Amino acid sequence: MHTIRNRFILIGALLALSIFYLFPRQQTIRERGQDGVMRDVTITRVPLKRGLDLQGGMHLALELDQSARVSADPARDIDLALTVLRKRIDEFGVSEPLVQKSGDDRIVVELAGISDPARAKAIVQRSAFLEFRITDKTGAFERALPSLDRVLRGLGVQGGTAKAQPSAVQQLLGDSAAAADSADTGPGILTDLILSAAGSGVSATPGEFMVLESAYPRVDSMLNLPEVQRALPRNLSLRWSAQPEPVGVESYRFLYALDDKPIITGTSLVDAQAQLDPLTNGAVVVFDLDRAGGRKFGAETGRHVGDYMAIILDDLVQGRPPVIQSRIDRRGQITLGNKTLQEAQDLALTLKAGALPVPLKIVEERQVGASLGQDSIREGVTAGLVGTALVILIMIGYYRFAGALAVLALGVYILFTLGGLSMLGATLTLPGLAGLVLSIGIAVDANVLIFERIREELQHGKTVRLAVDEGFQHAMSAIVDSSVSTVLTALFLFQFGTGPVKGFAVTLIMGIAASLVTAVFVTRTFFMLWLQRRPALTTLSI
Amino acid sequence: MVRLFANANYDFLGVRKYAYGVTAVVLGIGLLALILSGINYSVEFTGGTLIQVETTAPIDVSRVRDGLNSQGIRGAEIQAFGSDREYVIRARTAKEGTDADNTQETASAVESALNAVLGGGTYTVVRTEAVGPKVGSELRQKAFFAILLSFVAVLLYLAYRFEWRFGLAAVIATAHDIATTLGFIALLRLEVSLVVVGAVLSMVGYSLNDTIIIFDRVHENLRKLKGVSFEEVLNRSVNETLPRSILTHGTTLASLAALAIFGGEVIRPFSLVMFFGVFTGTFSSIFIASPVLLWIERKWPGAAVKALGMRPASARAGGAASPRKAQPVT
Repeated sequence: MHTIRNRFILIGALLALSIFYLFPRQQTIRERGQDGVMRDVTITRVPLKRGLDLQGGMHLALELDQSARVSADPARDIDLALTVLRKRIDEFGVSEPLVQKSGDDRIVVELAGISDPARAKAIVQRSAFLEFRITDKTGAFERALPSLDRVLRGLGVQGGTAKAQPSAVQQLLGDSAAAADSADTGPGILTDLILSAAGSGVSATPGEFMVLESAYPRVDSMLNLPEVQRALPRNLSLRWSAQPEPVGVESYRFLYALDDKPIITGTSLVDAQAQLDPLTNGAVVVFDLDRAGGRKFGAETGRHVGDYMAIILDDLVQGRPPVIQSRIDRRGQITLGNKTLQEAQDLALTLKAGALPVPLKIVEERQVGASLGQDSIREGVTAGLVGTALVILIMIGYYRFAGALAVLALGVYILFTLGGLSMLGATLTLPGLAGLVLSIGIAVDANVLIFERIREELQHGKTVRLAVDEGFQHAMSAIVDSSVSTVLTALFLFQFGTGPVKGFAVTLIMGIAASLVTAVFVTRTFFMLWLQRRPALTTLSI
Repeated sequence: MVRLFANANYDFLGVRKYAYGVTAVVLGIGLLALILSGINYSVEFTGGTLIQVETTAPIDVSRVRDGLNSQGIRGAEIQAFGSDREYVIRARTAKEGTDADNTQETASAVESALNAVLGGGTYTVVRTEAVGPKVGSELRQKAFFAILLSFVAVLLYLAYRFEWRFGLAAVIATAHDIATTLGFIALLRLEVSLVVVGAVLSMVGYSLNDTIIIFDRVHENLRKLKGVSFEEVLNRSVNETLPRSILTHGTTLASLAALAIFGGEVIRPFSLVMFFGVFTGTFSSIFIASPVLLWIERKWPGAAVKALGMRPASARAGGAASPRKAQPVT
């Protein structure tokens, strides 16, 4: 009597625990709204974590992109990048983000429920290396152009640029490139293609040059030839403008000859904020420098009053370099031209989080839209309900009363499995959902083993009580053996799998544990109660 | 009360020669399918880009393919996915002239091709998978080791739990399951994704489970029965566990059918592989694992079999040559 009561107390406690872990509760999620303001949203939901494939979201694996510049210390750079990405994602404002190192050379980023994947990718990938440089007033680049042309002729660069760039570039070139090709017999290729902006009356900014947008890839590839790089004047570096700008009817890309040494870089930056410029109504990013940075910036700008200062982000010059009107100290402003406030906010947050030491490339991307995730959940639940109904029909149809007990135990099993998953904080994925539906079919196996054993014992002429006892006892070894072997394969699945498959393995392992408990403990208790109520029972509906 | 196959008394071991024939035919068909069509790996394993789109109207597949070609993406596969409003585009090769491990250029080239052909706004991207070849080959390696290591682990467990003869027989049966399942996958040209590898591993677990339950009964019967041949012990064990097998496979197939029909397109390959796995697993437990165990015990008899009081080989001269009804079970 006592044992049965204690058993029911234990089952009740386990059930209460499972229900507690599945009970919908309020959760506070910190998210950045459309207007860019972080706010806390409180929602009520079942605390079972859903994977990216069920709630929609993005999974990225990133590695250092060393195609442009080789990292001197990859191990250090990846750790640095990890810290920077964490800061950026925190600022970006998504609920429960994951930023994690995977292996030695990879970073995994998981963002659930994001609506604009392209924007998220840009924030993750942007190097955000900010620097300020004074434009060159000496005209050194202009004077060097003829000698650069000689170098190019010496390399045999005629019209074609086969050595520098693959065919993709040539596709981009179009007609004006052909026009440029035919002009090769003239004074020189670069002299033809690179126009001095200051001389053409477009502006008075020293060190500013213009290249037809259509010729931009070609010129860029020529300037990047190692031989040309060596022939460039010392103390000078070249940077392109971020966007083409229309001048007259043509679209031009600006090229800047700049001082080799930046007067300051983004490492001195302590804060950045996006704002709308009250005068132009354009988006600007206002930044603050730390003390040392401010002192240096003040000294340099004080020395260069009247000069033009290029603001360079990730090697591209942002907007036209403004003239330095007076000494600037700790506070400055970057004008972004025709960008939206949201883009300015994204830039501000990447600047604040710091620059990536080396650019990152996305080596793996998985992205699922929220609507597809919803569909998957709906389909999974439908399949689960239909599957459960079929299993219930089979069990009751075949085992009658005992089958009904098994179905009761199946209900307990489902609660235990889901509650256990929630308790462990495991993530339910689409394959996990499939595994759950499958496990409903397999979960009755332990019961079937026991029931068949009881039937056999009854057939051997044993009394109902004895048959039930022995049935449970004898079925044990088979149940344990098969559970262990399934758990073993599931463990390997967990070990090798990525997110969704890991979810499947966890569901499988949890399911086996729950099925073990329900079959050998819960069903047994039901039987015990039944037999106790009817001491004179001679037949069993099984 | 309903009882299926109660007191069944089939001579499973007696017809093993025919079962071998069936196995040979099934494996032959599978091998042929494997040779002819090969394994259709998903982009997760080969590296490449998969983009699933929902469109407002059915699309002209050949125009989309032309659009992709002009973007430098050759040999892309475009398939309707469940309906004519949903398509999956698989680009296995990266956009020409780009670093394949930098997955973004290919993905954005696919989107600009779609914009050019379909027009922006007429479709929405609902799923993207872009995997660099490096990540892909790592996954392939991991999947291979997962299957291999789970094999070894189960063999060790069975060797510990029973003895090495049982473990070896179970592993040979499992190898058979994997071989036939691979053939099935090739025959249906199912795409082998991570989820399908998951299905293969679960199928292995399920089939082993089945074998173990029979072997567990063999183990028990070896202690209980005296003066019968080992073949008889095996036959009895298979027959005694038959009702359980039918029931469990029935409920498992029922939930798998529900999954295959209602579970959605993404999960369908998983359900199909498992569905097939239930059949091949049941077959192998009865017709591969048990005969192989018999063969092993004849070659290297274990103590328990010797203790049956009859040399297994002496029970029937010439092995399975003389078909004979098994003794009725009392």
